[in-house]
Amino acid sequence: MFNTLLVDISLLTLVVVVAIAVVEVRNLLSAIMLSGIYSLLMALIWQNMNAVDVAFTEAAVGAGISTVLLLGTLLHTERLTKIGSRVNWGALLVVVVTGSFLIYGTLDMPDLGDPSAPIHNGRVVQQLGQRVGKIDHEGVHMPWQFNSMTEESVPHPDEEHPWAEYFAEEYGTQLPAHEPAAERVHGHPLDDFMGHSPNTVTSLLAAYRGYDTMYETAVIFTAGMSLVLLLRRRSEVRA
Amino acid sequence: MSFLGSFAGTYNYAIYIVLMMVGFYGVIAKKNLIKQALGLGLFATGIFLYYISIGVYKGGTAPVWTIIDEVGVLKNPGPYDNPLSHVLILTAIVVSVSTLAVALALIVNIQRAYGTIEEDEIRAIEAGEHPEEEEVA
Amino acid sequence: MKEQVVLRVITKLLVPCMLILGGYVITHGELGPGGGFQGGVILAAGFILYGIVFGKRDLHRVLPRRATDAGAALGVMIYAGTGLWCVLRGGRFLDYAVLPAVDTGAAEALGMTLVEYGVGLTVCTVMITIYDMISEEADA
Repeated sequence: MFNTLLVDISLLTLVVVVAIAVVEVRNLLSAIMLSGIYSLLMALIWQNMNAVDVAFTEAAVGAGISTVLLLGTLLHTERLTKIGSRVNWGALLVVVVTGSFLIYGTLDMPDLGDPSAPIHNGRVVQQLGQRVGKIDHEGVHMPWQFNSMTEESVPHPDEEHPWAEYFAEEYGTQLPAHEPAAERVHGHPLDDFMGHSPNTVTSLLAAYRGYDTMYETAVIFTAGMSLVLLLRRRSEVRA
Repeated sequence: MSFLGSFAGTYNYAIYIVLMMVGFYGVIAKKNLIKQALGLGLFATGIFLYYISIGVYKGGTAPVWTIIDEVGVLKNPGPYDNPLSHVLILTAIVVSVSTLAVALALIVNIQRAYGTIEEDEIRAIEAGEHPEEEEVA
Repeated sequence: MKEQVVLRVITKLLVPCMLILGGYVITHGELGPGGGFQGGVILAAGFILYGIVFGKRDLHRVLPRRATDAGAALGVMIYAGTGLWCVLRGGRFLDYAVLPAVDTGAAEALGMTLVEYGVGLTVCTVMITIYDMISEEADA
């Protein structure tokens, strides 16, 4: 327990220090290199939080492609920023006020990893078949057998769990009513839409959130084409 | 006091907010356009970190099953972290780098048009070239 | 940069491994961490490394601009085409359960694999296009 806390605290401290350095350093080449380090530290933090797909993507995209693009831009411009005033006090005041309001807003959030948080007890979790991960030879397990919410211990609304009343009357402790229909359409008694793919993140990305991914691919395509349109004149002259 | 009690459990969100605010400061306080693009990237990554941290399950593992055989028996029991937050952030990361690429292309065009990428020098050039517009505005 | 021996030899060793790794990550996205986005970026990194060390002319000889432009559009069309194929087979748009396979679980896996290939193609070609547009030759 103490070891993971030590790793967490040291990684977060490093990330904050590198972030401040990226913003404050005068040489742009150093700032770009530090942003690559920042992306790599972020990938480590996400790996520490068991978000392996996100860590993979951030390491490839943030520390790889983003650094290359920024260095390519630096070829066109100068390396040193102008020396201005050291600290912009107005901007610092705005940032501190905004940050304090946001931190005050996060005091209501559930603790990190709290098993009774709304995200682990809502409808999506039941649809996803969090229960599917718990199938063994005894049969299908219900989600409340694997988190702190048992049938007897549905949290009552109090000042610690003000959201409990909403969830109790919306979802209760039963499975959602649409589940037999899903079994009929997809023929899978075990899950709704996952097929045979062990990577739940990919199956969510491609099947449950398929529309999002399609339009997001279109966004990437649009970014590529807008690059061609913005920078075409010089390349045509060159070619 | 309950204020401090809840803060002891949610202090990690405060650190993520600090990261976001460092990026925000970079966007609004710096005059160099590339610095502003870097600050925007910091802000975005801080938001991704916040979003992923709300899906963490205590004692949970990565949401990847190890083995499925024909009857659906899995060899990796135990609670999983919620994969929905990972999915939304995956697309957000790639979209963020595409946006960064478009911003850098605009910066290259600004450099070709004005010869500089410092914001105050660009304003001075604009004011010098169009003094009548400056009086109207 | 191609007159430096170390860079040239290391690039010739690394680029095939990177391309194979990119294809592997795209294809095995369902079995482990990975998928279209990650694999597409790794594929693009292989081509970009070749372009940095050997110059843009060699990169355009290997992968002409028309190919990358066509590839970007083709990736989106593969994705939407899979959805339309599901409609033509009687299901809803992007409802992979009706594709031709052994059972509905395998049909959904087939749909997801096709879709990931489309995403990987688009991401790879767009990253190469972005690098191509932004960087310029050092001696030009």
